[in-house]
Amino acid sequence: MAQAATATAEMSPADEHHWTSTGLDSRKIAIWGFIGSECLFFASLISTYLVYKGKSLVGPLPHAESQCLLHGKMQTCEGVFETPLVTAGTAVLLFSSFFVVLALYHAQKGNRAKLLGWLSATVMCGVFFVSMQVYEFTHFYHKGMGYSTNLFSTTFFTLTGFHGSHVTLGVIWLSTVLILAARGKLPPEKSLNLELAALYWHFVDVVWIVIFPVVYLMR
Amino acid sequence: MDRRPERVGRAWLARTVLLGLVILAAACADNYPQTTLNPRSDITRLIDQLFRTTFWWAVVVFVLVEGALVYALWRFRAKPNDPEPVQTHGNTTLEIIWTAIPAVILVLIAIPTVKTIFKTSLPAPNPAVEVDVIGHQWYWEFRYPKLGVVTANELVVPQKKMIGLRMWSADVLHSFWSPQLAAKRDVFPIFSQTKLKKVNPLWFTADTVGDYTGQCAELCGIQHGRMGLRVIVLNDADFDKWVAAERVGSPLVEGGKVPAAVDSVWKADSIMTKGATTFLTGGCISCHAMVGTPLAGAMTLRGPNLSHVGGRTTIGANMYENTPTNLAQWLRDPQGMKKGSHMILPRPLTEDEIATLVAYLRAHK
Amino acid sequence: MATSVLEHRAPAIHHAHPKTGIWSWITTVDHKRIGILYGATAFLFFLLGGIEALIMRLQLMGPNGKLVDPDTFNALFTMHGTTMIFLGVMPLSAMFFNYFIPLQIGARDVAFPRLNAFSYWVFLLGGLFINASFLVGAPPNGGWFGYANLTSSRVIAATAAAPAPGMNIDFWVIGLQILGIASIAAALNFFVTIVNLRAPGMKMLRMPMFVWMSFVVQVLLLLAFPVITVALVFLMMDRNFGTSFFMPDGGGDPIMWQHLFWIFGHPEVYILILPAFGITSEILPVFSRKPLFGYTAMVFSGIFIGFVGFGVWSHHMFATGMGPFADTFFSMATMVIALPTGVKIFNWIGTIWGGSLRFTTAMMMALAMVALFIIGGLSGVMHSAPPADLQQTDTYFIVAHFHYVLFGGSIFGLTAGAYYWWPKMFGRLLDEGMGKAHFWLMFVGMNMTFFPMHFLGLNGMPRRVYTYPPGLGFEFWNKFETIGAFILAFSFLIFLVNIIKTWFGPANAPADPWHGATLEWSIPSPPQEFNFPKLPMVGSSVPQWDARRAAGGHLPEPALVSGADIPMPNPSYWPLVSAIGVFLVLGSLLFIRVNPVHWWQFTLFGVAVLFFGVFRWAFEPPH
Repeated sequence: MAQAATATAEMSPADEHHWTSTGLDSRKIAIWGFIGSECLFFASLISTYLVYKGKSLVGPLPHAESQCLLHGKMQTCEGVFETPLVTAGTAVLLFSSFFVVLALYHAQKGNRAKLLGWLSATVMCGVFFVSMQVYEFTHFYHKGMGYSTNLFSTTFFTLTGFHGSHVTLGVIWLSTVLILAARGKLPPEKSLNLELAALYWHFVDVVWIVIFPVVYLMR
Repeated sequence: MDRRPERVGRAWLARTVLLGLVILAAACADNYPQTTLNPRSDITRLIDQLFRTTFWWAVVVFVLVEGALVYALWRFRAKPNDPEPVQTHGNTTLEIIWTAIPAVILVLIAIPTVKTIFKTSLPAPNPAVEVDVIGHQWYWEFRYPKLGVVTANELVVPQKKMIGLRMWSADVLHSFWSPQLAAKRDVFPIFSQTKLKKVNPLWFTADTVGDYTGQCAELCGIQHGRMGLRVIVLNDADFDKWVAAERVGSPLVEGGKVPAAVDSVWKADSIMTKGATTFLTGGCISCHAMVGTPLAGAMTLRGPNLSHVGGRTTIGANMYENTPTNLAQWLRDPQGMKKGSHMILPRPLTEDEIATLVAYLRAHK
Repeated sequence: MATSVLEHRAPAIHHAHPKTGIWSWITTVDHKRIGILYGATAFLFFLLGGIEALIMRLQLMGPNGKLVDPDTFNALFTMHGTTMIFLGVMPLSAMFFNYFIPLQIGARDVAFPRLNAFSYWVFLLGGLFINASFLVGAPPNGGWFGYANLTSSRVIAATAAAPAPGMNIDFWVIGLQILGIASIAAALNFFVTIVNLRAPGMKMLRMPMFVWMSFVVQVLLLLAFPVITVALVFLMMDRNFGTSFFMPDGGGDPIMWQHLFWIFGHPEVYILILPAFGITSEILPVFSRKPLFGYTAMVFSGIFIGFVGFGVWSHHMFATGMGPFADTFFSMATMVIALPTGVKIFNWIGTIWGGSLRFTTAMMMALAMVALFIIGGLSGVMHSAPPADLQQTDTYFIVAHFHYVLFGGSIFGLTAGAYYWWPKMFGRLLDEGMGKAHFWLMFVGMNMTFFPMHFLGLNGMPRRVYTYPPGLGFEFWNKFETIGAFILAFSFLIFLVNIIKTWFGPANAPADPWHGATLEWSIPSPPQEFNFPKLPMVGSSVPQWDARRAAGGHLPEPALVSGADIPMPNPSYWPLVSAIGVFLVLGSLLFIRVNPVHWWQFTLFGVAVLFFGVFRWAFEPPH
């Protein structure tokens, strides 16, 4: 039998306060747990998109020509996707993941100017992506594809819309950290505050890497 | 827990056994006309066999495990000055054994289960009578496409012939359940445009002539509780007679037109002519197909087809006996008879109209 | 929620936080006080759900019952199920998670104390929101499982006789989303707490079984709730924005709802039962004076149950006609779950075997939990066979099954926990005499209420029917059950009296009244705010027994200490403000139908409150 429960005499109150079983900061474990939960959230959305793929009763459709109700009458309309635009958005989002890694690297090194530079670049990439999506949605709307037009539009807007709102939240979070950094409140020992936002940002990117081929490339 | 004498224990045992017998007697299937435990068709017999297999296994496990538990409670109750019990932490052999034994039992249950699944869940291979079952809020529509019959709430079938059901819904989910004859399967709404057409199959061969009750088993709104049905099993001769009667004015036979001979008889009958007029002026026609009216051939109206309602044993989806009094009260106050029902009178009917309609509807057997 | 992780801990000097007054409860971040808030709130909701059940029992007492309208009855069973699951059993479990996970793992608090407060406030507001539906006369009435397309308003709208498409289901859809946020936030918190705040020496395989089962539950919550959230969003869109996720007229498929719902719904069953398994596994060893039999097997069977629990959801859907191959797969997977469950039951019997059993109320409740769960488990195996399920599903047989599992299992387990841990939480021992009266009446009432449901179900009585005609043989057992239900209700009245009596009685509980095995018994009852003056060093899964043995069988009462140098988190009201923000954002969706033009302004206001709350929270010094 192991030794009895005894007090950990050698630890000071401050040591005890920082004690964690894994040695990791709790916030880091929390963000991983949260990401795990979010995986199921997006898995449900993506599955629904796939289950309903090709089941729309009317157009428009992503790629193929179809019959759509436009200006009050049924007419033939072409596939709605503008793949080059979205590919550009995807590339920008992927680059932002690269930028935030560099930002974190410089945050940990205490290299404030570079931290600010890379972090701004990350935020700008995020803003570009969201703007791209807003443009895309508006464009679709003008092409006669509203939220409840057909199963494709519904599942598409829901899936990419939820992803877009995650990107938006990420942008807000990263911007907050950026303001902190600009005010000099992100010294290397507090770089975890950026690391958490970065982990979330990477997750949002990874989800897009799944969504992009499933939604835009798969026919 | 301190009462030691064995006599107390024996008295308890005797009382428990007695209580068990009383409960079993009361739970016996004979007193329950809608029971699943008294199957009257091939498919429900298959299911019953499987259930009985698992049930007896469960009884064995129940007796052994609860027995061990109760024995341990009695045997190991604390006594004053008990020494500290031996601090066992586990026993790998034991743990393997009590994982393996249930696994074996499960396999013994699984084998008949899989066999029965494959026997019961596929569509009828070669049905003698095909029936389309359509769930509505809150009644059942039965169509016999090959026999040219459309009726409601009472599924009439011949004895000892395989009945193949194809089932769907006109509005929300329902579940067709005839415990003694056909078990249960959900019905799903389908729309003509939809590519997802989920038509659920079910089949059975009834072995005994009789009148069986059943019920909707999926929550389908306010009157789910009283969405009943009957399955009436007839011998071949009676069934043929029933079909011949039902074919008159059926939407599936010449779009509801009745033979000229019948028509001229009805035209001479004041009950029939007055009734048909009241059926139109009272607004019944907006929801119900009725023989001898312009919409006799309609298939998509909201309410049940009433062409032969006089021949049915119940009204309101097996809620009330089909008597003149009940029918009159139904026409007078359908919401009072069945709250929330979709039967809304466009205007209150006069007592004269009600009397006319009762006579008219009951005349159409 | 994302910003909540900005919370961090910096050493600071502890200032004694006020311990009384309503403000101290509103701003509390102490896991023990939040636990008590959870418990008190959940118990009230539990009583409410019980009253709903009693009204249903009165209605069903005889044939052609006329006590309530059919639509009221539909609302009663919908709210009974919803209340008992989301507002009763889950938060009662959360009470024990809150109070005892930190104590059992030797931690000073949960990992994120303010997030913990936030979870509670969101839960409270969500519970009040769903029940507010009664006040406006539109209680949810589509069943706790809310099957589409009955719950999609387009169909309801089409039913001429029903009143205009009400907000009934909207209350349910939005309320569950609010509660889902509370559950996910809490689950994240306990997950991190268990992973990261175990005392030195407490390896994962030295954790008390309650903590282990709680851990599995948190993982299940984290993975299951996102799925129901997505399903609820879909349903909300169908109801309010003309989409066709589950609407056949637009190409959607109502079965999709069933899949999404049960992918959540089945793990949810284990979310409800595993805490009770954990509590039972704590109580049996203590009152048998023997360690838990087969600790490792117990751990891994719990994990296995949770894992396989994600692969059996379609056994709720055998009657939908999935075809023989899917039927076979889900049937076999379901049967497999019987194995780890059996392992648990055998190990519990192994635990008491050869022990020296003290029949305290807690022990009797725990033993009854085992005995009754066996019955629920066996009837579960019976309808794991799809053909048999074709007769049993949606009948009272199923109602009997899951009440044996959830009442016999979860409620007995949780009540056992209440008797066991009451002295630790309140420093007072509940009266054992009244406790035993509570137990026997509860045990008898429970069996009288639910056992005959087996007979009724097999003999053809469907679920969710507001009445039944005479002549089907349902009369006797229904009357019998109603009597049983009132005995059951009466037993909880005794519990309530016991609580009140104890409340005004002397603070008589020692630190370790039962000779417990785990760390919570090593500190005073009730514990001080910081729980442990020094973090304990743990050498086994029964540290308190080790200490007792080392001390020659007798341990002195632990002394109260000042703890002035122990940094503890400050009270904060920002969690409450943020919770109100969440409540406003989601609650505003109720008005889409009332005011289709301006409802979003309300939402925007909620978003502003939420962001304000979260930002102030994130930048508030935690200590």
